[in-house]
Amino acid sequence: MTESLLEVEELRVGFALGGRELRAVDGVSFSVNPGTTLAIIGESGSGKTVSCRAIMGLLPTGTAIRGSARLRGSELIGLTDSELRRHRGTDMAMVFQDPARSLNPTMRIGAQIAEAIRTHRQVTKAEAQAQAIELLRLVRMPAADRRFHEYPHQLSGGMRQRVMIAIALACRPKLLIADEATTALDVTTQAQIMELLLELQEQLNMALIMISHDLGLAASYADEVIVMYAGKIVEQAPASRLFGAGGAVRMRYTRALLDAIPHLERPAHTLLPIVGGRPPDPTALPPGCSFAPRCAYAEDDCRAKTPALTEHAPGHSWACWHPCENGSGMSKGGAA
Amino acid sequence: MTAEPKTTELNGGRGGSSPRKPAEPLLSVRDVVQEFVVRERGGTKGGVVHAVSSVSFDVLPGETLGIVGETGSGKSTLARAILQAPRPMSGSVVFRGTDLTTLRGRKLLDARRHMQFVFQDPFGSLDPKWQVRHIVEEPLVAYRTGDRAARRKRVEELLDLVGLDPARYGKRHPRALSGGQAQRVAIARAMALDPSLLICDEAVSSLDVLIQAQVLNLFERLRAELGLSYLFIAHDLALVKQVSDRVAVMYLGKLCEVGPGESVYRQPLHPYTKALLDSIPSTEPGAGRATATIKGEPPSPINPPSGCRFRTRCPRATDLCASEEPMPRELASGHLVACHFPLIEPPPAGSAAAQETAATATPAPAAAPAPAAKGAGQ
Repeated sequence: MTESLLEVEELRVGFALGGRELRAVDGVSFSVNPGTTLAIIGESGSGKTVSCRAIMGLLPTGTAIRGSARLRGSELIGLTDSELRRHRGTDMAMVFQDPARSLNPTMRIGAQIAEAIRTHRQVTKAEAQAQAIELLRLVRMPAADRRFHEYPHQLSGGMRQRVMIAIALACRPKLLIADEATTALDVTTQAQIMELLLELQEQLNMALIMISHDLGLAASYADEVIVMYAGKIVEQAPASRLFGAGGAVRMRYTRALLDAIPHLERPAHTLLPIVGGRPPDPTALPPGCSFAPRCAYAEDDCRAKTPALTEHAPGHSWACWHPCENGSGMSKGGAA
Repeated sequence: MTAEPKTTELNGGRGGSSPRKPAEPLLSVRDVVQEFVVRERGGTKGGVVHAVSSVSFDVLPGETLGIVGETGSGKSTLARAILQAPRPMSGSVVFRGTDLTTLRGRKLLDARRHMQFVFQDPFGSLDPKWQVRHIVEEPLVAYRTGDRAARRKRVEELLDLVGLDPARYGKRHPRALSGGQAQRVAIARAMALDPSLLICDEAVSSLDVLIQAQVLNLFERLRAELGLSYLFIAHDLALVKQVSDRVAVMYLGKLCEVGPGESVYRQPLHPYTKALLDSIPSTEPGAGRATATIKGEPPSPINPPSGCRFRTRCPRATDLCASEEPMPRELASGHLVACHFPLIEPPPAGSAAAQETAATATPAPAAAPAPAAKGAGQ
C-alpha cells in the first residue's frame, strides 16, 4: 500500500445550504497507484466530481472538507491556496468536460500553453514557446506549428481538448484527473482522445482518474472502477472483475446502471429493466442504504442499517445487504 | 458476393428483392438538399455550408427509422428540413401522401399536425412561465380541438400516458420538474394531437442513464400501444440501434449506409459505420477495448471532399473515390451502402487498408470475434 501515488481516506465534503448541510461526499476512501487508471462512475450529483475537486483544492472557500488525501505522502486537505499551487500542475492536473469554456477565447492557444509552462518553471519566453510546440506535438495536434498561432474558436472540440491536455501535461504531472473529458466529444473523437491519454500515461508513467457517467468507458479503459451513489462508494473492483468474462457486478445499483445502458447486442425494441424514482435529496438522505427507496430487492434491513463498503472477495468491495448472485444477471456473451 | 449489386434509392428495407408487398410509406424523403450561405465580414458571400446533400429515405407506418451521425453530419438540419423549418432548398418531403414542400400557411400546419417533435433540451422547449397542464394543452388550443372540458380531460389522459400523475404535476412549472419529468411533459405535448410520426432529435441524450431508460421504455410503449412511427435521431449508435427497426448512418450531409439495425451492426458495409462501431466503449464481456480506427477530424461542410465525402479519412480510399461519387447499392436484403469498396470485399489494391493487410498477411486467427469484425473474411 505504501507505493500508492494518491491515498484518499474518509473524505467528506459538505456544503452549507441555508442552515442545512448538503453532504456531497460522505466517507470516500480509495488509492491510486502510479501508471494506473481509476474510473469513478456515477450519475449527476453522485459526488464524483466534488471528490476530485476537493483533492485538487478547487472547491469554494467555506466548504467543509474533512478526511485526508495524501499525494506521494504529503497531505493535501487543509492546505492554503498557495501551498496547493505547488502541487497543482506539477504533481496533479485536471482536464474538464468543456474545453471551450476552459480556454481563454482571446488568447492564441500557443500563448496559453506557454503561460502554463512559465507559471511553474523559470524558463525564457522562447524556451516556453518551443516547449509548447513540443507539447502540441505530444498530444498529436495536426499541424502543430500552425495551430500554435490560432485561437480556440478556430479549433474543433477534439482539438480544443487536445490543447487542454497539453496544458495539463505542461509540467508532466504524476496524476491527471479527467472530469468527463470526452463526454462532449463524438464517439470517434472520444476513442482518439482516450487512446492519446493512455499512450501518454504509459510514456509519462502517469496515474489517471477518469470521472464519467459512462460504464462503457470504464469497461474499455480503466484498471480499477469505483461506482458512487449519493456521495458514497457503493462498489469497487478491478474492471476485469466487473465486466470481464466470468466477472460480475454485485451491488444492485451498479447492476441497474449496467442494465440501463443501450447495448448493441440487445435486439431492437427490448424493454429495459426500469429503476423508478430519482437519486435522493442530498440534504435529506434516507436512513439505511441510499439506494433502497429505488431498489427492487430492498428489504427492511436495507432501510434500517447502512451497509458498509466491505471487501467480500479479493479486490472486490461492495456495500449491499442483498447483493446480486455471483454471475447472475449477466447479459449474454458475444455474438459467437 | 451473394447479393446482386444494383443501384437503387436509399429507401432501404423494401428493396426489389423483398417478396412482401411494400406498405405505403408514411414519410417519404427524396433528394432533400439544405445549404446555408456563410457571410464573411462585410456581408460578402464566404462559402456555402452543404449541410444536407441529396438525402432520401422512407419511414413506414409503425416503423422506427434511426439516423445516427456525429456533430456536423447534418442530422438535425435534416430533421428541421422535414418539418419545413426552414424549408429545404430542393427535394420533396411527402408525409401521408402530401408533399410538404409545396404547402404554406394553414395548409402546411394542417398537413404537419400528425408529425410532432421532441428535442434534446426539455427545459429549453418548455415555457418556464406556464404550468404543465397548459403546456400540454397548447397544441389542442392551437388546432382548436374540443371545448375546454374535453381538452382538460385529454390533458389528464396525456399526462397519465407518459406516467405523470395529473393531480400532482399538472399545476407545476417546468422548473419544479427533473430532467426526465420535463422530457415526459414534452412527450405528452407532442402526443396531444395523436401524431402518427414522432421526430426525436437527441431526445434522451441529456438524461442520466437510469432516467434515459425510463423515457426509452415510454417511447417503446407508445410504439407498441399506438402504432406510432419514429424518426429517431441521435449520435449514439447503440441507442439508435436499440430503438430502431432500420438504421441510417449519416456522414457530412449524406447517408452512407441504411439497413436493418441488426444487419448494420453484424455486417457493416461502409468503412465509416465500422469505425463508429469500433469506437463505442462497451461493457459486454469480450467486446474488447474501443479503438480509434479513423484518424483526424471530419472535413468542413463548406468545402466537402469530391466524390465520396468520407474518402479523406477512409483506409480503403483510392483515386476512384475522389473522382466518382459512390451511388447507393443494395448488397443484402434491405441493406444499402454508398461505397465503391464496401467491407464485404477485400480492400482495393493501392489503398492504405490493402497495404496494412499485406503487412500482416498471416492467416488471421479469430482473435477478436467481435460481431463488427471486418467483413472481408466472410
